Amino acid sequence: MLLLVLILIPFIGCIRAALQPSSERSREAWLAAAVGLIGLAILAFQFPQISQGEVLRYQIDWMPAYGLNLVLRMDGLAWLFSLLIVGIFLLVVLYARYYMSPQDPVPRFYAFLLAFMGAMLGVVLSGNLVQLVLFWELTSLSSFLLIGYWHHRSDARRGARMAFTVTASGGLCLLAGVLMLGHVAGSYDLDVVLAAGDTLRAHAWYRPVLLLIALGALTKSAQFPFHFWLPHAMAAPTPVSAYLHSATMVKAGIFLLMRLWPVLSGTPEWTWLIGGAGVATLMLASFIAIFQHDLKGLLAYSTISHLGLITALLGMGTPLAMVAAIFHTLNHATFKASLFMAAGIIDHESGTRDMRQLRGLRHLMPITATLAIVASAAMAGVPFLNGFLSKEMFFAETLLVGSSSNYWMAFAAVVMGIFSVAYSLRFIYVFFGRPASDLPRTPHEPPRWMRFPVEVLVVLCLAVGMMPALSVGPLLQLGAQAVLGEQLPHYDLAVWHGVNLPLVMSFITLTGGVLLYAVLRRRFNLAQSSRPPLLHRINGQRLYESLMLGLRSGASQLEKLLGTRRLQPQLVLLVSVCLAAGVAAAISLPSVWTAAHSTPLDLPFALLWLLGCVCAVAAAWQAKYHRLSALALAGGAGLVVCLTFLLLSAPDLALTQLMVETVTTVLILLGLRWLPPRQPQLAPSPRSARTARLRRSRDLLLAILSGLAMAAISYLVLMLPAAPGISQFFLEQAVPQGGGTNVVNVLLVDFRGFDTLGEISVLAIVALTVYGLLRRFRPAAESMALPPQQTNPADPAARQIPEEQVNGGYLLVPGVYLRVLLPMIMVCALYFFMRGHNMPGGGFVAGLLFSVGIILQYLLAGTQWVESRMHLHPHRWLALGLLAALATGAGAVLAGYPFLTSHTAHLELPLFGMLHVPSAFVFDLGVFGVVVGATLLILTALAHQSSRAHRLAHANDDTPHQEEP
Amino acid sequence: MEAVIALSIGVLFASGVWLILRPRTFQVIIGLLLISYAVNLFIFIMGRLSVNQPPLALQAGTDTNLFADPVTQALVLTAIVIGFATTALYLVLLLTSRGLSGTDHVDGREPSA
Repeated sequence: MLLLVLILIPFIGCIRAALQPSSERSREAWLAAAVGLIGLAILAFQFPQISQGEVLRYQIDWMPAYGLNLVLRMDGLAWLFSLLIVGIFLLVVLYARYYMSPQDPVPRFYAFLLAFMGAMLGVVLSGNLVQLVLFWELTSLSSFLLIGYWHHRSDARRGARMAFTVTASGGLCLLAGVLMLGHVAGSYDLDVVLAAGDTLRAHAWYRPVLLLIALGALTKSAQFPFHFWLPHAMAAPTPVSAYLHSATMVKAGIFLLMRLWPVLSGTPEWTWLIGGAGVATLMLASFIAIFQHDLKGLLAYSTISHLGLITALLGMGTPLAMVAAIFHTLNHATFKASLFMAAGIIDHESGTRDMRQLRGLRHLMPITATLAIVASAAMAGVPFLNGFLSKEMFFAETLLVGSSSNYWMAFAAVVMGIFSVAYSLRFIYVFFGRPASDLPRTPHEPPRWMRFPVEVLVVLCLAVGMMPALSVGPLLQLGAQAVLGEQLPHYDLAVWHGVNLPLVMSFITLTGGVLLYAVLRRRFNLAQSSRPPLLHRINGQRLYESLMLGLRSGASQLEKLLGTRRLQPQLVLLVSVCLAAGVAAAISLPSVWTAAHSTPLDLPFALLWLLGCVCAVAAAWQAKYHRLSALALAGGAGLVVCLTFLLLSAPDLALTQLMVETVTTVLILLGLRWLPPRQPQLAPSPRSARTARLRRSRDLLLAILSGLAMAAISYLVLMLPAAPGISQFFLEQAVPQGGGTNVVNVLLVDFRGFDTLGEISVLAIVALTVYGLLRRFRPAAESMALPPQQTNPADPAARQIPEEQVNGGYLLVPGVYLRVLLPMIMVCALYFFMRGHNMPGGGFVAGLLFSVGIILQYLLAGTQWVESRMHLHPHRWLALGLLAALATGAGAVLAGYPFLTSHTAHLELPLFGMLHVPSAFVFDLGVFGVVVGATLLILTALAHQSSRAHRLAHANDDTPHQEEP
Repeated sequence: MEAVIALSIGVLFASGVWLILRPRTFQVIIGLLLISYAVNLFIFIMGRLSVNQPPLALQAGTDTNLFADPVTQALVLTAIVIGFATTALYLVLLLTSRGLSGTDHVDGREPSA
């Protein structure tokens, strides 16, 4: 349970921090510090159990069947890394409190930092491999956000992008590797996987798994050839560099290799891949580091080289090397974080990080200078400091791994040691010499508490360096025990082992480094040369840039080749693919062309459909130039469909289709007015006529083929006997469970009520969208004038407004009977609604009928007349309808039944007799309301356009010189 | 009967496909109307054809084989109403596009002939 708290508080703190006002600086820091302190307390509380060798587990089942659970698992190694993460976090928070300037949005900084800490704790505490990858990617993401924290700077954006691309691609490889590993091991649970080492090493997938996981780890830990992102990540604020890019995040790759060490290591492949990458990295990066001018750049390359050292140790695969790797991870975190903080202080106080300008800081900031010199000495591996001890262990291991004949590894180690002494000297040199006078600011000592974290870390360096067995011994024991278990070797943490070969090597590196530095400085003008000799050609960054460029241009080439913004080719493709897919699927179907189930041919039915087909084809023929007739013809086909429904035992469908047909026709009629006039083209050029003919033939062929396919499938289905489906259930249960004899309606409002609720929501959304779109509608200029039919001077009605036409003009007769019809239509709608549960009818039909009644009044007398007499408020209909439907469902939930469960009551009313009132009735009322609201909203919104257009047209007439509004 | 209705679905569908491949927005809307007729019928006949057997007025104990399939009917009923909604949406979109771009071509601009 405490583990869960440990993981969760950083994220809670992150959200809390993000909500703070940006002016608050101290409160943010206090919040973050509180989170860190709680974490530290939890870790301290767990220490007794962990030191007993216990493994703490906390599990929340998520998908146990797939082996995907939230598993938190803490052993010695995880505890050690958690301590590192939380401890350095606390110091960094304190440091950042003084480092961040008041102009920076500090809440964002602390929010990201807390999120990062949570993600990092998640990585080390994960007991499930998939979960580990998830947190792994979260660290990449928060690192991206933190590097790009000063997002107004282009180098920050670029560095963030590069770091994210590299580490996240590595994360993808890791995911693939982990999935394969989990497959081989039979579980994603870490305990199971750790026990499956022998199985994996013998498995055929061992090499791909190792390669993929190594790619993940090496990219994260900035190992050659992926090292180039880390120097660019130095665009981050220095606290971030100190925390993420030296102490913790880059150690995630190392952690992963340690974690999976029992499973993956112990093969030649492991040694060559991991060890090879490590050795290449440590040589290369320590050499380049000498030639940096930026303090942070030097530290970045030095970090890469030390990570290489740890990786090389892991690659050796001996248990003692593992102990040394864990030891050096701790040591490196302490001295490198303190160096980064010192570099940040120098930058902060003097305004530059350029080592060519910085000189003589010893005189201006003596305490900081002393601290930084001690820390760099630790980095160089000077005796009595922690770096010396772990480097000595490294030397001892290199001697061991090459046995007595092969000294290459030991040689590489010595060379790297010499380089690291040289760059440490280069770093220290900024404190010596005459004080520089050309700095942007005159440096002085930083605030007391800004220096405090550096002091703590340097004291740790000294303590570990002088009394290793007392200070770090127990912790190291814990971590190594967790990884190595039975294999834990005997080792001796002592400053003095007597005169032996590693000590000689240390001595050589120290003197060699000093000599190298002196030579470079005198002979090669180190202080001014702009790039490292020899190695500047090996440029991972250039490779990365050209790869990205290639990807981008390749993608745009592909898009140009394969994509189009034109609708017609897309539709041609869509139809063709559907057709091909259908044909491909149909080949495997049984062909049943015998008329086994045929219903006897009904001649009127065949004639009806002859008419319907003629209508459809004619509509297709006429739709370009004769829109009105095309609409009427399509409506004719619709009516035939409607009659078919009626004939084939679907009265509800017939009713609905009829009403929808009516409303759709009115709708499109209202829209026709705004379409541009279309004249036949006079004389197309022969070439374009030919391409047009080709295009049309292709479309016609496609259309005919699709039609044939559709007809064939329909016929095939009709010939096959119906499979027993769920229909029987509904037919049997409609009366006992639904309480209605119209099965279709019971289905809609009861059995499939949730579906209907979704549908009326869509209807409401569409209506509101239409309304919203039309509010901003700008009709085209030429369709704003009244159409010629309405302005013909010979027509007396042209001078009347619609209201006058109805009350005294040529519409007097229809006016009278349509107004008489209105209440009758309402009663009809009510009737259809009431009987819907038992007979054809229901909310849909009634709603449409009701709307048609009102629309008729609109058609007759115009919008102004109707709306001055009736206040319809379609929005309210929509809202109330949806509410009624939801309330029915919620009522069932309140009564303890599943959502939308129906209940039927029978009321005995005087005069009416027995009344059948199911709760689905209220639901149907909701459907009714939404249908009425949606239909009226859509149609009246369209209808209002014509009155608006008149106003616009008049405004234009009055002021002809004005711009069109 | 079966052949007639299968052929009719084919004709409706073919007319619709032809129309949605045309360049003018109005042709496309009519095409979508015709396609929706064809598809609604297609879904409907998945319950097979039955004359004079509406799924109405059931009594307990009646032979359920005497009734038409109510499931496809319920599905098609919702499809019809949704069809209306999408037609309305498409219509308003084509009007807006016409108002903004000054053309009724489906791509929002006249083809550069």
